[in-house]
Amino acid sequence: MRHRSPALVAFVVKELRHILRDRQTLLILLLLPLAQVVLFGFALRTDVDDVRIAFVDPAPDAATLALRARFAGTGRFHVVAVSSTTAPLEPLFRRGAADVALVFEPGFASRLADGTPARLLLVADVADPNTGSLVQAYAQAVIAGYEAELGAAGRGVRIELRTRMRYNPTLESVNLFVPGLIALVLTLVSALMTAISLSREKERGTLEILLVSPLRPWQIIVGKVLPYLLLAFANAVTALLAAWLVFRVPFRGSVALLLGASVLYALVGLALGVLIAARTTSERAAMLGAMAGTMLPNALLSGMIFPIASLPGWLQAITVVVPARWFIVVSRGVMLQGVGLHRLWPELAVLGVMLVVLMAGAVRSFKARLA
Amino acid sequence: MRTLRFLLRKEFLQIVRDHVIMGMIFVMPIVQLLVLANAVTFEVTQARLYVVDLDHSPASRGLVDRLTASGRFAVAGASPSRARADAAMLDRDVDAILALPAGFERDLVRRRHAAVQLVLDAQDGAAAAVTQSYAGQVLTRYAHELGATLHPTMVTVGARSEAPPVRGQPAIDVRRRGWYNPELDYRAYMVPGILVVLVTMIGSLLTAMNIVREKEAGTLDQLNVTPLPRATFIAAKLIPLWVFALVDLALGLTFAHVALGVPVRGSLLLVFGAAAIYLVAALGIGLWISTVAETQQQAMFVTFSLLMVYLLMSGLFTPVRGMPQWAQWLTVVNPVAQFVQLMRAVLLKGAGVADVARQLAILAASGAVVLALAVRQYRKRAA
Repeated sequence: MRHRSPALVAFVVKELRHILRDRQTLLILLLLPLAQVVLFGFALRTDVDDVRIAFVDPAPDAATLALRARFAGTGRFHVVAVSSTTAPLEPLFRRGAADVALVFEPGFASRLADGTPARLLLVADVADPNTGSLVQAYAQAVIAGYEAELGAAGRGVRIELRTRMRYNPTLESVNLFVPGLIALVLTLVSALMTAISLSREKERGTLEILLVSPLRPWQIIVGKVLPYLLLAFANAVTALLAAWLVFRVPFRGSVALLLGASVLYALVGLALGVLIAARTTSERAAMLGAMAGTMLPNALLSGMIFPIASLPGWLQAITVVVPARWFIVVSRGVMLQGVGLHRLWPELAVLGVMLVVLMAGAVRSFKARLA
Repeated sequence: MRTLRFLLRKEFLQIVRDHVIMGMIFVMPIVQLLVLANAVTFEVTQARLYVVDLDHSPASRGLVDRLTASGRFAVAGASPSRARADAAMLDRDVDAILALPAGFERDLVRRRHAAVQLVLDAQDGAAAAVTQSYAGQVLTRYAHELGATLHPTMVTVGARSEAPPVRGQPAIDVRRRGWYNPELDYRAYMVPGILVVLVTMIGSLLTAMNIVREKEAGTLDQLNVTPLPRATFIAAKLIPLWVFALVDLALGLTFAHVALGVPVRGSLLLVFGAAAIYLVAALGIGLWISTVAETQQQAMFVTFSLLMVYLLMSGLFTPVRGMPQWAQWLTVVNPVAQFVQLMRAVLLKGAGVADVARQLAILAASGAVVLALAVRQYRKRAA
């Protein structure tokens, strides 16, 4: 290992002090990841387990009452209205007071008895497509259960679907979000903060002072970047610990592999931050550039929250250059799937190539600014 | 009044001349609607299916055919080896594994009952649940179909579907209707919410940055020592961004309707009236942030952290009714949540004033409270 000059060490210490003195920013940087983990863990659930149902039953009979009771008895449905015409449905849905409505036809029981198909209309509010589809499926399952009970003596066949939810059996969305959240936290500190702090020095002219000091340009960059790398790492570890302790997010693979990948990913972010700072002229522009260039794509086009497969083709093509996309495959692979290096090396290689390209670009534009 | 007019002119000019702020006002709607509207989607795509068929019977092949015919599944691999199927899932090459046991058809014929196994990659639990519900529907329909054609005496299911339907057997014919968004288009659902994000960003972020910039430059102190009443000063700072936010909403809504085909079923007057009320709260938040932040960088961080909490807890991305009870209560006092609900109800469902009266009342109340608090805080800081 190369001997580090005492000047560099002193410089790193000075930079660390800078960061530690800005209490407000530091507080936000340390609390933000925790707040995010808590928010994602507690508040964001994609499944709805309390469905509000309305019945339209023009001529109640034994069969409609039995089916209604069956809905009420599931615990998942709760009845908000029973009417004899469909007129009240529209306002009910418009106000958002019901999720689904079941419309019976008159003579439901007698049709069931004589074998002519008894018709039911299932109306769901599908403004939200996923919740709407799930609510419809829940309602159909109840109806199918009732039908099976009636036809137990009949000749229908039954195909039982045994589903296994692999990697995330409880379908907790926190398990999906936390591995991606680490990418966001790392980006926030590494890319955004680096870009802002470097461009601020540039704007104030203190960077010029540093440049005429005996420190070499690479030492200045390392000195600027190293404290943020440490901070980013501390943040990621805090977020992971919180996720593990509070929400029991699984850790099926190697922790060392995940931490190694985090360092690689943070370095990519840092290189991007240096590049943005070198290319922009003011702190404000650097801030906006870093937002538009790092935070947004890493949050939206990385598969962290929104699946990449759902994006239109042109956006999917863009995701290829978003570093977080590749990192999230690694973090999910390690945490949820429990896979190792032999399945994740392609993603790590992509990150490595990105690092080399961005570093080269950053060093070049940094040098060009100096000339 | 005259002072206010002059001040307003100055503020408008200042904003129009500031390229960064103008860029944000006019580029943000385009970027948000082009990228966000397309990126913010939980649409469940076709699941890639690996078939492990150990039965090789007409019934098992029929089941796979029905699944692919539904358009929700595509066969991405097939072999009798479970190990190979598991490896494909670990490599993320398939999303689901369908295992059909040997004797599937025999069990259906003799015992009228058989089980199949569906293994789903449930990392994205919500999508897995939706996929499971699709598979369940296909299977139920297929079972109905087989019930009519499979007879205990038959050994195989051929093309012989001429067996008459059995009378006296109860059957329920369920028809499904999806209201308000029958094509299940995710954009129609998300874009009204994205417009809320848009006006909130303009209202809160730009207000905060605009005032903090004067603070940084030291011109705020100059203004504070003039005989100008504070109310006039604050009004002059807030009104221009209130106007720009409404202009942005108009731009965004036009783009969403014309280019993205987002429906506008309710009254536009109601949409803009509600936005005007909502913006009071958004601007108030911006004003409050400007009193706590000393630099634009801090203003930006505080705004983003706050907005993130507000947005994530608003039901914009995940249904409010899936949240724990305490979080559902919080949405009642969250103006973002109320405005998202209102926009969706008015644009998608054509809701009128009476349908969204509750949301309007909460928006008005929170606007008054937030603005009053922010103005008080501003006085305290300035004093």
